[in-house]
Amino acid sequence: MTPRNLTLALMLAVAPVPVPVLAQDAAPAEMAIGYLDLAEDPRYDLTLARFLVPARPWGRSIDGAQLGIVDAEQIGRVINVDFTLREASGDSVESLADTVGGWVEEGVHFVVADLPADMLVALADAVEGQPVTLFNVSAEQDSLRAEQCRFNVVHTIPSYRMMTDAVVQYLVSKRWTNILVLQGPLADDAAIADAVRESAGFFGANIVDVRPFVLGADPRMREQNNVALMTEGGNYDAVFVADSSGEFAHDVPYHTNLPRPVVGGAGLVGEAWHWAWWRQGAPQVNARFEAMADRYMHRFDWAAWAAVRAVTQSVLRSESTEYEPVRDYLLGERMNLDGSKGNPMSVRPWDHQLRQGMLLAAGNVVVELAPIEGFLHETNDLDTLGVDEPRSQCQF
Amino acid sequence: MVVQRLNRYMLSSAAAGLALALAFTAPAEAAGTGYVFVSNERSNNILVFDPARDFELISEIPTSSRPRDMKLNADHTLLYVACGQDDVIDVIDIATLSVVDYIPTGRSPEMFVLNADESLIYVSNEENSTAQIIDVETKVIVHEIPTGAEPEGVLLTDDEQTLYVTSEIADMVHVIDTVSGTVVDNVIVGTRPRRFEIAADGAELWVSDELSGSVTIIDRETNMVIDQLEFLPPGFRAVDVTPVGILLSEDGSTMYVTLGRANHIAYVNVATREIEGYTLVGARAWSLALSADGTQLYVTNGLSDDMSIIDLDTRTNIRSIQTGRVPHSIVVDYDPA
Repeated sequence: MTPRNLTLALMLAVAPVPVPVLAQDAAPAEMAIGYLDLAEDPRYDLTLARFLVPARPWGRSIDGAQLGIVDAEQIGRVINVDFTLREASGDSVESLADTVGGWVEEGVHFVVADLPADMLVALADAVEGQPVTLFNVSAEQDSLRAEQCRFNVVHTIPSYRMMTDAVVQYLVSKRWTNILVLQGPLADDAAIADAVRESAGFFGANIVDVRPFVLGADPRMREQNNVALMTEGGNYDAVFVADSSGEFAHDVPYHTNLPRPVVGGAGLVGEAWHWAWWRQGAPQVNARFEAMADRYMHRFDWAAWAAVRAVTQSVLRSESTEYEPVRDYLLGERMNLDGSKGNPMSVRPWDHQLRQGMLLAAGNVVVELAPIEGFLHETNDLDTLGVDEPRSQCQF
Repeated sequence: MVVQRLNRYMLSSAAAGLALALAFTAPAEAAGTGYVFVSNERSNNILVFDPARDFELISEIPTSSRPRDMKLNADHTLLYVACGQDDVIDVIDIATLSVVDYIPTGRSPEMFVLNADESLIYVSNEENSTAQIIDVETKVIVHEIPTGAEPEGVLLTDDEQTLYVTSEIADMVHVIDTVSGTVVDNVIVGTRPRRFEIAADGAELWVSDELSGSVTIIDRETNMVIDQLEFLPPGFRAVDVTPVGILLSEDGSTMYVTLGRANHIAYVNVATREIEGYTLVGARAWSLALSADGTQLYVTNGLSDDMSIIDLDTRTNIRSIQTGRVPHSIVVDYDPA
């Protein structure tokens, strides 16, 4: 294809303004994407991975990023761009920031950063002012989309609130509106419990009680570690488990005192991705991932894949490998990203969260794709999941 | 229930008859049964309806797993069906309505075409990310051409020199030289391109873009994008419009486009590119086919497990016929003569 007809194709298809064409007869331009993780990341304790506990990853998300690069190769050949991945691990914010700084000098402007929330924010601050955008693929805390939001961070992983909105939409659609919340001792458990309270308030469900749990078998603590006892007293339609580590939630289904569905941390789980999703090309994405990584694709893998795909799309449609045009396309309203889960995805301008559908998965089945039918938004129904612009606490 | 038992009996006796037929007789005469064949991805069968008998269900043909695209041979004695889960194309004998042969393919065959003398099959394998050209008789892969991820639509030009293949993930149409088996050009189109039709006396290639809600029109001489049509049936939002199926009317004047989740089909005037109107069909409309006399349009609806019948004179949905689970494609066995 000649440069001229590529330009026309792109202008007609999407590009809002003419931009320089990537030279076709020259050597390919390199578009390197960085991938950073934490060498000793406690979240990547894989002892529960064989149970596919949804709260925990099943392997490093680098596999998802690599699949994104493989998927980009054909596009790269056509537009004469070499999409590559640079990988590094760090053990401190300083070392991670040094790595990013070095990459920026080599022309790397987009970095998938699989880091815990506090380190992600610290890294974003440390590289502020440099021409680089970080992708958050694993920190689900809503604070990162609110008071701790950063302009140089784009979140491809959904927030806790998007997860609880999806679950509560489903419960409301079934009229299972009285929810008992079991909340763990961790700060992230409290963050999830806050999110489900907000979701319930927003969609008209009712939190009948919030009861604390602890892990263990100490008989003196049985009111907090025995699911049957904890779920005794009062009536409720569903039990929501606010458990960021997933270990307690894993054992809640079928142990409740009343015969009620378990949701949230186990049972019906709001997910960015699931290996059993079979519509919208998902079986092919899963098959490609499984062939490459020899395991199921977890939502962190999907978020890393989606981040690389977002960059690929932005290069393709902006016809550039320069930082600003690519970033502007990435953050702009023309973004039309295919995540193999329904409506096209784009980045919310108010908090840089990737708007996306959420899968409601229970074990080996995807029960529904949220937004659930009937939950409508004035401009984009995907914005019924997560914090919408008027309520956003994010100020860039 | 009675129908099903009868069919099973018919199938087994047909299979016995077929063995004899294969052994002692020449290929069956061109039949033109008038039957409508619907492949069902999740019930692993092809349902056979007879429009002449008020769409009575004539037969359920068990196939390999996940049957999708179907094509008849030129004299309509054989029906080929791509079976995505079992990596084969089943060959069905129209006279006996049973599977008589298999052609192995790459992983997860989805859409395919045959050349005019039926010596070659051109198939997209969505999990391999390749298009294959397979010799029908020897079942040998003549060419295997790497494509972008998730190749889907395939279209062979009349001169059989060029094969077009969409890649759903790479957002492009590959232009493949069938002789050398190489990609000679690529055209960037909308998001998640699916299927094709050639229009305007061969001058234009129309491509459905599922996630852009559009059809991209490519000039075939220059491989340049010359237009993009966006669809918006009443009461829907742009993001709900997911075009997949695309079919040219017999006289070449009208393009029919299925709009997926928007549950409508659209009519486009090919000459003016004006969208003339929409008709409501079932849930997630994908494939479509014209009736034998060209007066009706059949549309499969993957989320309501049925087939809509559109009267093209009035452009109204006059009937829906229950299919198997997740109907994929429709083939009409019109009289080939």
